[in-house]
Amino acid sequence: MANRYKSKLTWADVTPEHMFLNRRGFMAGSAAFAAGSIAAPALAATSQYSTDAEPNTFEEITTYNNFYEFGTGKTDPSEYAHALTTSPWAVEIDGMVDKPGSYSFEDIMSQMTIEERIYRFRCVEAWSMVIPWNGFELADLLNLAGIQSSAKYVSFETVLRPDEMWGQKRSFIPWPYREGLRLDEAMHPLTIMATGIYGKDIPNQNGAPLRLVVPWKYGFKSIKSIVKITLTDTQPEASWNMIQPREYGFYSNVNPNVDHPRWSQASERQIGGGLLAKRVPTLMFNGYEEEVAGLYENMDLKANF
Amino acid sequence: MSHVLTKAERINAALRPIPKWVIYVIGALPGLYIMAGVGLALTGTYDLFGGRLGVDPAKTIEHWLGELALQFFIATMLIRVLRDFFKLKLIKFRRALGHLTFFYIVLHLTVYLWLDLQWGWSQIWNDILKRPYITIGMAGFVLLIPVMATSNDSAIRKYGPKVWQNLHKLTYPALLLGGLHYVMLQRIWDVESLIYLAVVCTLLLLRGKALLPKFH
Repeated sequence: MANRYKSKLTWADVTPEHMFLNRRGFMAGSAAFAAGSIAAPALAATSQYSTDAEPNTFEEITTYNNFYEFGTGKTDPSEYAHALTTSPWAVEIDGMVDKPGSYSFEDIMSQMTIEERIYRFRCVEAWSMVIPWNGFELADLLNLAGIQSSAKYVSFETVLRPDEMWGQKRSFIPWPYREGLRLDEAMHPLTIMATGIYGKDIPNQNGAPLRLVVPWKYGFKSIKSIVKITLTDTQPEASWNMIQPREYGFYSNVNPNVDHPRWSQASERQIGGGLLAKRVPTLMFNGYEEEVAGLYENMDLKANF
Repeated sequence: MSHVLTKAERINAALRPIPKWVIYVIGALPGLYIMAGVGLALTGTYDLFGGRLGVDPAKTIEHWLGELALQFFIATMLIRVLRDFFKLKLIKFRRALGHLTFFYIVLHLTVYLWLDLQWGWSQIWNDILKRPYITIGMAGFVLLIPVMATSNDSAIRKYGPKVWQNLHKLTYPALLLGGLHYVMLQRIWDVESLIYLAVVCTLLLLRGKALLPKFH
């Protein structure tokens, strides 16, 4: 089901340097290639969804993180996340699905097509990166569990292990961290579950072994180290929204016209540009307007921020 | 009758010979180090910080300088409390610490305007008017401008001690604004910044009624 979407980008836009594949993804990719499937371009590793912007370095992506389970400093996660055990790992999928249950990570990976998606990533704190993720479309995982017609939302939970995640011993966030999407957002082909970066298994500080990536929303929506996915008909709780509903809305779509109450969202600092990193204007839906604006037709984005 | 020196008296005696310029030199060192490091980083010659700038260097430097400013501000304001409660006489160093506080605030502000916002005036005005923590930080800075301008002997002679002292009580609201500025820019109730604010509030409470200006 990968690459079901077409965009303006052509194969001429593909950067050959990024011929990285997740080790696990390589298996899936070669299988698809052998079958002569349309998923074969996964071998070339760059999706038509990918931006042609220059990705940040692996070091930048893995040493500058917000993952408060490991501390609130930007370098805390890279320092402390090694304590997290990511194998064995299972994701509980429940709620309005045909096949509820515990899905082991290996089981999930054996059924998914891994591809590379180079996405812009915009933090609510007004900085941004470009990240070459490896992963699969969330839609494929949800379809595996069978979505019932009554489902309207998807909720996610991060693993709760205070012994391995010392930040969870402090109560500035009601743990576990949780997030949610509307079902149509969750099923959108841009929405992926990332399992790798630069073709390597995703490091713990970036949300191992699997994390959500919703590139048109602020980064905190892209919940990490997921152990629970629930299909529901009521709008799920979302951690930042629970703490500060005035500052962090349920939707949290990147929007340069709706400022955070304490800072402007009109521009962003691109990480990796050094001391004089250029501040660039923030794009509506983080540059994915053409792909996702349709999801929010007739919606007041100022009221539903 | 031999007088046994108290601990405070012994410390006072030990500090007496230290000239004021020593405070200026030692206090300015971190700032000069940071400025030199920024210069070298900008020219790409040498990484004076050994990688500690991280991948968001402008923010790191902004944070270092802001924290230094707050630390020097607290040190300056602590001197009066140390005299009142512990009989320590450090008053001769207070002006130097005050000047250094202003030095670090100016550096912090410069880095914010230059490296962070890159002189984008429309955003700067937006930030000052619409972002409470920027408004508060700026207000604290503005309160300190007349204090800095009169932080010399000739100003005391010109305005007289009463007016001068009242004017310098602007440092108390400025300190509180500085502490709030740090707490408010965090996304959560950050422990470190809350400790700074607690220290600031304690200092203000210890001064009690003296915070208010005197008119007769």
